Amino acid sequence: MNLSLKVWRQKNANSEGKFQQYDVQGISEDMSFLEMFDVLNERLINEGESPVAFDHDCREGICGMCSMYINGEPHGPNKGVTTCQLHMRSFKSGDTITVEPWRAKAFPIVKDLAVNRSAFDRIIAAGGYVSVNTGNAQDANSLPIPKDNADDAFMAAACIGCGACVAACKNASAMLFTSAKISQLALLPQGQAERTMRAEKMVAQMDVEGFGACTNTGACEAECPKGISLENIARMNREYYGAVLSSK
Amino acid sequence: MSTILDAKIPSGAIGEKWTKFKSSVPLVNPANKRNIEVIVVGTGLAGASAAASLAELGYKVKAFCFQDSPRRAHSIAAQGGINAAKNYQNDGDSTYRLFYDTIKGGDYRAREANVHRLAEVSGSIIDQCVAQGVPFAREYGGLLSNRSFGGTQVQRTFYAAGQTGQQLLLGAYSALQRQVGLGNVTMMTRHEMMDVVMIDGKARGIIARDLISGKLERHFGHAVLLCTGGYGNVFYLSTNAMGSNVTAAWKAHRKGAFFANPCYTQIHPTCIPVSGDHQSKLTLMSESLRNDGRIWVPKKQNDNRPAVQIPEDERDYYLERRYPAFGNLVPRDIASRAAKERCDAGYGVGTSKMAVYLDYAEAILRYGKGEANKKGIQNASDEELQAMGKAVVKEKYGNLFDMYKQITGEDPYSVPMRIYPAVHYTMGGLWVDYNLMTTVPGLYALGEANFSDHGANRLGASALMQGLADGYFVLPYTIGAYLAGDIRTKAIPTDAPEFVEAEKAVQARIDQLMNIKGTKSVDYFHKKLGKIMWNECGMSRSEAGLKGAITEIQGLIKEFWSDVRIPGDADEFNPELEKAGRVADFLELGELMCIDALNRNESCGGHFREEFQTEDGEALRDDENYAYVAAWEFKEQSKFELHKEELVYENIKIAQRSYK
Ligand SMILES: Cc1cc2nc3c(=O)[nH]c(=O)nc-3n(C[C@H](O)[C@H](O)[C@H](O)COP(=O)(O)OP(=O)(O)OC[C@H]3O[C@@H](n4cnc5c(N)ncnc54)[C@H](O)[C@@H]3O)c2cc1C
Ligand code: SF4
Ligand code: FES
Repeated sequence: MNLSLKVWRQKNANSEGKFQQYDVQGISEDMSFLEMFDVLNERLINEGESPVAFDHDCREGICGMCSMYINGEPHGPNKGVTTCQLHMRSFKSGDTITVEPWRAKAFPIVKDLAVNRSAFDRIIAAGGYVSVNTGNAQDANSLPIPKDNADDAFMAAACIGCGACVAACKNASAMLFTSAKISQLALLPQGQAERTMRAEKMVAQMDVEGFGACTNTGACEAECPKGISLENIARMNREYYGAVLSSK
Repeated sequence: MSTILDAKIPSGAIGEKWTKFKSSVPLVNPANKRNIEVIVVGTGLAGASAAASLAELGYKVKAFCFQDSPRRAHSIAAQGGINAAKNYQNDGDSTYRLFYDTIKGGDYRAREANVHRLAEVSGSIIDQCVAQGVPFAREYGGLLSNRSFGGTQVQRTFYAAGQTGQQLLLGAYSALQRQVGLGNVTMMTRHEMMDVVMIDGKARGIIARDLISGKLERHFGHAVLLCTGGYGNVFYLSTNAMGSNVTAAWKAHRKGAFFANPCYTQIHPTCIPVSGDHQSKLTLMSESLRNDGRIWVPKKQNDNRPAVQIPEDERDYYLERRYPAFGNLVPRDIASRAAKERCDAGYGVGTSKMAVYLDYAEAILRYGKGEANKKGIQNASDEELQAMGKAVVKEKYGNLFDMYKQITGEDPYSVPMRIYPAVHYTMGGLWVDYNLMTTVPGLYALGEANFSDHGANRLGASALMQGLADGYFVLPYTIGAYLAGDIRTKAIPTDAPEFVEAEKAVQARIDQLMNIKGTKSVDYFHKKLGKIMWNECGMSRSEAGLKGAITEIQGLIKEFWSDVRIPGDADEFNPELEKAGRVADFLELGELMCIDALNRNESCGGHFREEFQTEDGEALRDDENYAYVAAWEFKEQSKFELHKEELVYENIKIAQRSYK
């Protein structure tokens, strides 16, 4: 199939960017979206031009590195997949596809389609853990956990930290990401001791990083490739207000 | 020779070595720890767990990774599970049995003392992870669930659906971020280690490149830990993440660290087959699928009927036929070779004919009946059984089935999956002693980057175990043996001549690469190397093939250094330049792998030499002449000297490995 791509090109964080058009031919339906970019880049290199920079690593939907905003949707048109798992059979020959980086104040552009998501790491560093030093643990089966709780915690823990939720949100809010971690740990007995502190610190860090407020549009849930549910945000709000009230 | 390769194995009975070691290893007191800096390169399971644990102990840690976050290391992609000798299922598991299975699975080419220690600490890993909040699968009673994995007869594998690596890494990452938040770890993301800095014969730091600005940086450490993963991408196509590379290990090798058993690579039997030339990587279908799925090919050659139309008695369940005791659960090397054998003989399926079926029809029915029984439904219709069975399979393997469907466009709940072996893991790596120190003082290697525990073939669910054992429970102790003697060493300023020289050399190499301005992309060379390696140093190897490959690779190295084209500049974010540096190192490694494979005149584990096989095509080991670790010393380009670490088996009787 033949496609027309409109791709955001920007040399670095400090320069201005613009869309550039590229036509690509002979794309197979079995290619992934990133393999289609490989084809384009191989050509650009051969023509002596600068290839399009984009982030990727695992190419199987789990590392959270890939981050393309495709035709106005983070990770493209399909539900529940990341950009690297999107296959060209989801497009038709002749299509024009617009590709941009995540856009959010807290995610500065590195180059072209690559952005810096260190803000997420700092949110986790603020409290997204259980304080247990190596060697402090008791026998794993001494703490039975009801299967439903364990399953719910697992669902929340499935977040890959890709940032699509932020990119999808008109306020660039990081609520879905942050709430997924808070929920995971709030659902488990191991997370109880630091429960209040955790919610407070992580929410505070989210604000420091410049993420926007949540106005409940639900765009994040709709675009999350891992099906992280809005229920997590509700749970986080309970945790957070609980925390704020109890610390007053 | 053997004086250099002293593995420093503590004396005493196998079950007491580690305990004795721990109680006699010199300690560094807390006040001194605060003045000792440790560099950790890599934040996968091995690196993140080591960095966090060292920081908890009070060391000053600097950690590096090339991704934009430590959470994205390749470990995140591990699917199936992690082993531990907990014996929660009461099925006869024990430290000894895990030890024995690992040595046997490794085809008697691993070091006993290390493997026993691994089995001993395996249980603590599970405890630690659960305490961190890792959501392992559980039973209704609230206790942890287990599954079995290839090459074993007990259920000792802990898992979190098909995302075990992700959950374990996020656990280690959270411990790491906690220490970052506390100021005990400085985390350098999007940084690539370019070389080790040696001062007075010891590793004292690294040169790193900031991948965003392109600037070179000098970092001092009293010790340097390489936790940089495996080198499967030397084959171009593999299940590894795109960025996985050998550069850190190779630079260390060039600075004096011996490289052990480079030719031991694991070809995983259950991957999605190659679909075309555009392919950039291969996707693994977790081995756990072999628990319930049955592998078969048609009994007739070139049978083009769709799978469902091939009647039961015209199917060859070749693993069950050849290996009745283990059936579909034989170790990976055996399952992979058996698939290749069938396909080469003309029984393969799919359009490429380079695939076999992995069939869930029977498992779906069996689970459906089980559910009907549980729910007390009598005379359930076939459809109801199917639906209930599919629900169970979905719960167990749902994400894997989804992945298969996304990639192939076929629904594995109704047609069998097509699978074929693919490069997956590298057992070889930097040679380390019992303390995980390489032959360079102060330079350690952990996780997949070292050669240590898996011999010539790794058992499923044992890499995660080893990475976390190294990082949480082994290195934090063993490093004391070295650092206790280093408490008087003050931090060395990075304007020391050795740092300056090392940085200059790195800069010169980057300039050289940028200035070639040739005509071919980096991928062109990588793909070419990959083809040579897959054909001649892959699932089966021969003397003639390996010799040819060595000559071809030497030619390719010359061509690379005269004709590669790297666009852009060195002082900007430049993924092509990153790839070029890595491929340059892969080329040299590829040559050494072939040299090692040529040297090893036997077949063992993942290393199968066509000249050395039994009449029925099984690997033929030569314990008399090859029961050693081949550790290669770098002399100059294309020149390596072999050193041997003899493997002594005092606790396990070396035997012909049989799964029949
Ligand atoms: C698809 C797949 C599934 C798997 N499933 C299982 C399983 O179910 N069970 C199991 O036991 N094993 C499994 N394995 C194997 C296992 O995942 C790996 O062996 C293990 O995770 C390796 O961990 P590591 O910490 O050694 O390295 P990695 O996780 O590969 O981490 C390497 C780190 O080093 C960094 N790095 C590398 N080079 C440099 C450099 N030059 N400069 C700076 N940083 C650098 C990277 O950024 C990264 O942080 C699987 C492997 C694959 C490919
Ligand atoms: S919540 Fe979903 S969209 Fe947001 S970072 Fe996690 S996986 Fe990505
Ligand atoms: S590249 Fe890892 S999720 Fe897409």
